[in-house]
Amino acid sequence: MITVRVPSPLRSYTAGAARVNASGGTVAELLGDLDRNHPGMRFRMIDEQERIRPHIRIFINQREVRALSEALSATDEVHLICALSGG
Amino acid sequence: MASTLWIGTRKGLFSLRPDARRRSWRLSGPQMLGHIIHHVVQDPREPRRLLLAAKTGHLGPTVYTSIDRGRHWLEAKTPPAFRKVAEGEKPRAVERVFWLTPGHPSEAGVWYAGSAPAGLFRSADHGVHWQPVAGFNDHPMNPKWAAGLSTPDGELLHSVRVDPRDARHLYLAISIGGVFESTDGGADWAPLNEGVAADFLPNPDVPYGHDPHCVILHPQQPDRLYQQNHCGSYRLDRPARRWVRIGEHMPKNIGDVGFPIVAHPRDPDTVWVFPMDGSKVWPRTAIDGKPAVYRSRNAGSSWRRLATGLPRTQAWFTVLRQAMCTDAAPRLGLYFGTTQGEVWASTDEGESWRCVARHLPEIYSLTHAS
Repeated sequence: MITVRVPSPLRSYTAGAARVNASGGTVAELLGDLDRNHPGMRFRMIDEQERIRPHIRIFINQREVRALSEALSATDEVHLICALSGG
Repeated sequence: MASTLWIGTRKGLFSLRPDARRRSWRLSGPQMLGHIIHHVVQDPREPRRLLLAAKTGHLGPTVYTSIDRGRHWLEAKTPPAFRKVAEGEKPRAVERVFWLTPGHPSEAGVWYAGSAPAGLFRSADHGVHWQPVAGFNDHPMNPKWAAGLSTPDGELLHSVRVDPRDARHLYLAISIGGVFESTDGGADWAPLNEGVAADFLPNPDVPYGHDPHCVILHPQQPDRLYQQNHCGSYRLDRPARRWVRIGEHMPKNIGDVGFPIVAHPRDPDTVWVFPMDGSKVWPRTAIDGKPAVYRSRNAGSSWRRLATGLPRTQAWFTVLRQAMCTDAAPRLGLYFGTTQGEVWASTDEGESWRCVARHLPEIYSLTHAS
């Protein structure tokens, strides 16, 4: 299982958990597994054209993900980041 | 009569409930603190149900439903979304759900939603699952009708109106794009903009490309439409197709630019607007810092300024298109919410005003629920 770190705006989907486990060989599969276990979570991050939303960033360990097809290994840690500024 | 004003703001959801005489108002909330609430609408067919259009700064757009008059909210299982495009097609994704309209009384559970960028969506199960309305979103003319001329909040599809005599007769509006009509339940659409100015376009005499800010249909006289446009206030009495500019009867120093237009629920000839400054660089504030509501009792042939109780000077708010409403009381209440987070109330049809809430976030939507 892969550890996923969940930012506070998405914790309403994880019953408040800041860290959850999910499985998948790619980022897309991982997000699918997350959505099965935490319904609705994926669409808040990924739009209907399979693009990462403008104020969401996804990191595999220390590296930012550019495509949902990127591969994952069981030892990876995925960070979901909310990136926004302004009042 | 139980009564609630739902206040959708840039930072969450609030509500106001009056005492029996509407003298004292109790503010509740926030619910969903930090969420951007564009519209909150009660289902007149089943008043315990409410729908709410929301997003946050970070997260994508969605809809919430309540079955207990707004005490608890559940997120839609399939929020409004465009169909996934084929390779080579221009991708569209909903950035915000901007507008909600209950369907026809004969169609329990049906709702419509409008989005930015301009998209029309339909739910048949009280807002839990949404599907794109292909007849509009994929209409061959859609790329021209919704050409991507955005407002600061995006290209907004709003003012979805359902003819109470015919569930298949629909209107909608796009800022910027114009007003459109369907007579077959949304399978096909046609522009309905004759007579409306579009003086921001190189060729103002166009069939679409206008900027309607708010379009209403009178529930008791559904052939009577009013429109507050970027370029003036209009009335249309169907089956005519040419809008009449009723804003020409406004004082010249005030003009007829604004966002909302509200009709008396029992008198199709009575209508209120909140003019804003559309001069020079378009400040979009109360004109000269002196906010006023204007009312017509004769379908726009003449207007009267109503400002008693409102700030007399140095008040620079405006009122957005979803932020002015009436209640349903025999002695009609009229309300507006401001971009500076105040709610103003009148129980004499606009003759006098009282501020009943202040210091809220910027108000996007003010709606009445019975």
